[in-house]
Amino acid sequence: MLHIVACIKQVPDTKIIKMNPKTNTMDRSSAPAILNPYDAHAVEEAVRLKNRYGGTVSVLTMGPPPAVKAIRKCIEIGADEGYMITDRAFAGADTLATSYALTKALEKIGKSRSIDLIICGKMTIDGDTGQVGPGIARRLDIPPLTSVKKVVEINKEKGYAIVHRKLEDGYEVVQSTLPCLFSVEKEINEVPYAPLPNMIRAARYQPHIWSVDDLEDVDRTLLGLKGSPTIVSKVWPPEKPKGGEMLTGTPKEQAERIISLLLERKELFRAKEELG
Amino acid sequence: MNLEDYKGVWVFIEQKDGKIARVSLELLGAGRKLADKRGVPLAGVLIGDRVKHLAQEVFAYGADLLYLYDDPIFHHYRTESYMRAVIDCCRKYKPEIFLYGATSTGKDLASAVATDLATGLTADTTMLDVDAETGLLEASRPAFGGNIMATILCKKDRPQMATVRPKVMKALEPVPGRSGQLIEEHLPLGEEDIRTKVLEIVRETQKKVRIDEADIIVAGGKGLGSKEGFQLIHQFADVLGASVGASRDAVEAGWIEHHHQVGQTGVTVTPKIYFAIGISGAIQHLVGMQNSGLIIAINKDPNAAIFQACHYGIVGDAFEIVPLLIEGFQAALAREVQYGGKV
Ligand SMILES: Cc1cc2nc3c(=O)[nH]c(=O)nc-3n(C[C@H](O)[C@H](O)[C@H](O)COP(=O)(O)OP(=O)(O)OC[C@H]3O[C@@H](n4cnc5c(N)ncnc54)[C@H](O)[C@@H]3O)c2cc1C
Ligand SMILES: Nc1ncnc2c1ncn2[C@@H]1O[C@H](COP(=O)(O)O)[C@@H](O)[C@H]1O
Repeated sequence: MLHIVACIKQVPDTKIIKMNPKTNTMDRSSAPAILNPYDAHAVEEAVRLKNRYGGTVSVLTMGPPPAVKAIRKCIEIGADEGYMITDRAFAGADTLATSYALTKALEKIGKSRSIDLIICGKMTIDGDTGQVGPGIARRLDIPPLTSVKKVVEINKEKGYAIVHRKLEDGYEVVQSTLPCLFSVEKEINEVPYAPLPNMIRAARYQPHIWSVDDLEDVDRTLLGLKGSPTIVSKVWPPEKPKGGEMLTGTPKEQAERIISLLLERKELFRAKEELG
Repeated sequence: MNLEDYKGVWVFIEQKDGKIARVSLELLGAGRKLADKRGVPLAGVLIGDRVKHLAQEVFAYGADLLYLYDDPIFHHYRTESYMRAVIDCCRKYKPEIFLYGATSTGKDLASAVATDLATGLTADTTMLDVDAETGLLEASRPAFGGNIMATILCKKDRPQMATVRPKVMKALEPVPGRSGQLIEEHLPLGEEDIRTKVLEIVRETQKKVRIDEADIIVAGGKGLGSKEGFQLIHQFADVLGASVGASRDAVEAGWIEHHHQVGQTGVTVTPKIYFAIGISGAIQHLVGMQNSGLIIAINKDPNAAIFQACHYGIVGDAFEIVPLLIEGFQAALAREVQYGGKV
């Protein structure tokens, strides 16, 4: 029986986010909070592996209390248990402090049921770094496998996992010892609509909620803003491009203008002819 | 930690199959500027199996020093082995700044190294500067889906690390014969120390166009309306001998595969000519193509943001304009051939 933990985060939907142009801060009320889309694939993959090999899927998040909603979303996908760590002390964490806090929570989860596999999303759409997953793996001293696009096999008895890692021009087949950590690509699976029983269970589900005091052996100086080596020193709006020349005339005249622009750069088209 | 102990600007030299990744050469260019401003040497860190011969190229592109870990154990990239080499090197020689390409390998490696060294790592940087006095690295990147730019500092820890997006920094003109100091390092590392094994490398059989290397890109967006409509983009690209690019919405609609996607979550491209057809010009798309040489946009909506980012814009229906372009270009091609000129 496998115990898989997926790390998930609730994020503002940056697609429809609005910025306050005066302060260059995010207008949070404009952006609905959603489950980080990449993490949905992480949970889905955990659930598929559970269905294949048997076991339990837990999800873990660090975030403010409303993040319970993101956990419920994971229960809909098919997770069995949800854990949330929430505390003022975690606020302002960069990736190093985030991976520290999550590791402490994972250690606690692992005490009651040892963990075989941790799955993270490729990245969050707000933090947008992809650094937290490998960070957790290093802290737990287990192999990090990033860019995972297919899980070939998990063999708990023999203690290994085989996956495909995406490369720029193909993929590599990698074997790792268990436990280990995957960061998964979104192409690894498609997240289907949740079955009704899951939705009913999710609506009522209460996750385990821990504060710093519930975790063990925590060095508080490594948490939150204090434990974050990086700081944001300033933010500014990206430079607005100035815009180019708008062509006029009939469509035919406009097309001709473009063609003459292309022909000014003849050298670019030569290669094709030489190829035959 | 005594910050004074940390000196020099380093670049991770990513290589595959004995070839240096372009982004590493770009970072040597960017690193050279930082090193000169700060008055310190620029070093590369090269890890691999029989890669010593690449040293000359690293020096030609601007490095003063190269730390080399050359051993069969480094034949394939693996986080655990490469990470140990980099950490070993950092502990021994203490760099002030350490840059990596924001490639899957660079990001994977840097994330692991930063955790062990307990230092700051800024992801996907697009601008770099350094304070000449203090050596503080100012690493800037787009944040919140490209809605703002943010400058990130790492004040109290060293090395200050960043991954940097390919194609945004400029490599220097290589100086053949430029020399530097090669420092060969050895790490007592055995196969039994590494918990992962690369069983096989599979290159995708169908030859994929690397759109990040194309001179001309014809990119289409949601405005093409359907998978059939998107064929127009392929036709036009064929006529020009161009590669095909796409917006995320076109990719998500299933009209074309993801490796054609241009933008923040796709590839960054800098072709000599970029056509944006039926693409609105969302900031996440613009960050991936705005440094192209010549940008031509075709869009029905005169207020589309893409017109702010292009050199030439046509307000019109792609299904009317593009066939005219195809026809006109083919005619011009035929004319040139007839007069014996090459197009
Ligand atoms: C975190 C994040 C990352 C993202 N990463 C990327 C990325 O990497 N790349 C990317 O592209 N996007 C990315 N996006 C999405 C981006 O915000 C836009 O949603 C997307 O670029 C829009 O694609 P589009 O221009 O094809 O579609 P639309 O915005 O729908 O634009 C279609 C355009 O076609 C025009 N049009 C319609 N019919 C015609 C016609 N017949 N002829 C001519 N013009 C016509 C319309 O006027 C419109 O301007 C990202 C978003 C987020 C939040
Ligand atoms: N606050 C968090 N709580 C739980 N998991 C997280 C959190 N932040 C990041 N992760 C995990 O780490 C991955 C990479 O995040 P990031 O480094 O922020 O891009 C995400 O896809 C999640 O799986």
